[in-house]
Amino acid sequence: MSAAAGVERGGLGAGGGGVAAMLGGALPPCADPAGELGKLLSGAYPDAGGRFGPFGGRFVPETLMGAMERLERAFAEAMADAAFVQSVAAQGRAWIGRPTPVMVAENLSRAWSGGGGGRVVLKREDLAHTGAHKINNALGQALLARRLGVERVIAETGAGQHGVATAAACARLGLPCRVYMGAVDVARQAPNVQRMRWLGAEVVAVQSGDRTLRAAVDEAFREWVRDPERTHYILGSAIGAHPFPLIVRTFQSVIGREARSQALELLGRLPEAAVACVGGGSNAIGFFHGFLGDGQVELLGAEAGGVGVGVGQHAATIAFGRPGVLHGCHSMLLQDAHGQVQDTRSICAGLDYPGVGPEHAFLSWIGRARYEPVQDAEALGALEDCCRLEGILPALEPSHALALARRWLGRNPSGTVLVNLCGRGDKDMPILMRAMEARAPDGHGADGHGAGAGGGGPVGAGGGTVGVGGAASAGGGQR
Amino acid sequence: MSVPSVGGERVARAIRSAGSGPALVAYVTAGFPSKGALAGLLGACAARAEVLEVGVPFSDPMADGATIQRSSRAALAQGVTLEWILGELAGLTPGLSAPVVLMSYLNPLLNLPGGLGGLGARCAAAGVSAVIVPDLPLEEHAPVRASLSAAGVGLVQLVSPVSAPGRVARAVRVSDGFTYAVTMTGVTGGRAGLGGEVLGYLAGVREAARGVGGAPVVAGFGIRGADQVRALAGVVDGVIVASALVEELERGGDVGALLAGLRGAGV
Repeated sequence: MSAAAGVERGGLGAGGGGVAAMLGGALPPCADPAGELGKLLSGAYPDAGGRFGPFGGRFVPETLMGAMERLERAFAEAMADAAFVQSVAAQGRAWIGRPTPVMVAENLSRAWSGGGGGRVVLKREDLAHTGAHKINNALGQALLARRLGVERVIAETGAGQHGVATAAACARLGLPCRVYMGAVDVARQAPNVQRMRWLGAEVVAVQSGDRTLRAAVDEAFREWVRDPERTHYILGSAIGAHPFPLIVRTFQSVIGREARSQALELLGRLPEAAVACVGGGSNAIGFFHGFLGDGQVELLGAEAGGVGVGVGQHAATIAFGRPGVLHGCHSMLLQDAHGQVQDTRSICAGLDYPGVGPEHAFLSWIGRARYEPVQDAEALGALEDCCRLEGILPALEPSHALALARRWLGRNPSGTVLVNLCGRGDKDMPILMRAMEARAPDGHGADGHGAGAGGGGPVGAGGGTVGVGGAASAGGGQR
Repeated sequence: MSVPSVGGERVARAIRSAGSGPALVAYVTAGFPSKGALAGLLGACAARAEVLEVGVPFSDPMADGATIQRSSRAALAQGVTLEWILGELAGLTPGLSAPVVLMSYLNPLLNLPGGLGGLGARCAAAGVSAVIVPDLPLEEHAPVRASLSAAGVGLVQLVSPVSAPGRVARAVRVSDGFTYAVTMTGVTGGRAGLGGEVLGYLAGVREAARGVGGAPVVAGFGIRGADQVRALAGVVDGVIVASALVEELERGGDVGALLAGLRGAGV
């Protein structure tokens, strides 16, 4: 080999600190969790190769490498430019409505802590413009796209929230926008499809692959490969090749920064646990980042448990996956023994994804965050409680986080848990109507986990109490 | 350039042995249209092409268009795995007159028992001369290249019309077997427009490769007609025919005739 090739080989193999050895082999346990967390907190991760320990990287076709490198440079320059950072913050205040509030959910607290005095505290990202946290990243990346001087924007979307947010940001900034959405999701999230079109975006129903979020990401990447020079791809989740996980986390970190200071102001102290739902993991990574250095705050991610633990029944990537490479990064992945990506299932399109952001895989590997699956029915039960007890209709995605918070309170009845309520549920009305119709006459869902909270007491604390028992047993059974 | 592996050298020699016009690299998705068809298909292609490219089907082929997505899905539905492919090739390659290059996305390779460490030996045992990994850019290739070259198997690097000159220079230095010059931005399955700009880019890649004594340069993506092959004569050392060949199989056509037609010869 020539000297040049030798340097390249040594660069990843030796300098990568054993990272190369982990690629494709079994993942060894983390030898130094505190040291690894220190690297994340100090900004040493993601490293020059875009890695968080063994996870991350940039596994994309050669045609995209130039665009990825330009994006990485432009993002670094933008974040070093005070005017850009101020512009993101100013539009966040005026247009998104930041800061979103933090509130104590007194009724849920009473219902779910079983008299233990515990508290459920909500970070109200559902009150952000367009109805979800997705707007934080969409606005930031649209401003970045304008800086890059591209002619148009493309995006993928699952539930449609990222698509709506990107369509809105592009409308405001005068950028043409095309959104790729799996045909299955187009059917199940129809209200958001109409919103995107009203906001001036072109919506492409993806018929290839599994016709959900994963196929939409595949197709958006293919479109970017067709025209990498004049297009910016606003990836909506904390997934993909470097620098996407870093960009998305950076723009979503406003959630965690606000939530931490608001919690301190409201409660006089930090919560014992912070819970968020995780599909690709964009709201969770932004939320968790506010508390990474607070070792006393337990970080919990709720993955989509779907309808069971079997292959194809869920989208709980960290719980049931193995390391692999999909959509440009090395992370945890739901795959078969031969490396083929598995089909997933979840009641909510936003969590229905077989991969997960590499930084979540890293946080799980070092033990700083823990991830638990929450099944459809349990999430529906939490959603129902939140509606009836707090007058808030959450999206199905954060309903998984609410259900995990309920489980946590079952284990810590006097504790305080902060939940990132990352989106509102208006978009889910077609699914909720179907779920209600499908419900058995006794008021219980198909497998009885929490969804039937209304059976014993249609309104009020009674409904919530039923949910606690269901949640606790479901949690034990799944882990 | 780097010293080519035994396998890479075999591929390069086969490409350079083509008489007049560019060498043909014939692509098949392993297990499409059926598992049983692989042996006959490789034999038919070997009679007309200098190099055989065997595609490992993947569930999420990011660089591939509708045709290869279809053939991949059909092959996966029949239970085709990398293990099965390597097993089949071990039996077939000794009897094939053309060297075999394996094309796989990274994730199936990572899932071979033993991981990347054993990849090179497994490929060598199957008679695979070189490997193409479309989602493995220069920055990430080291562990794969190390495993393959230790076993005498080449790793093909890709370049594209939007690769900066520095990246092209690095690619042609390390590419082993051939350098895969993608004719256009986009996924496989279209039709490449071979205007002056594209021909200039391809000629530039070959000049860069020759300048460092590198592997031959082969153009791929969107090669469908004899007119394109003629236009590329003297510009590149070979062309890859992939989606057009898969579509011929879908029609139940004769791949040998298709390849002969591309060469401009009568059937």
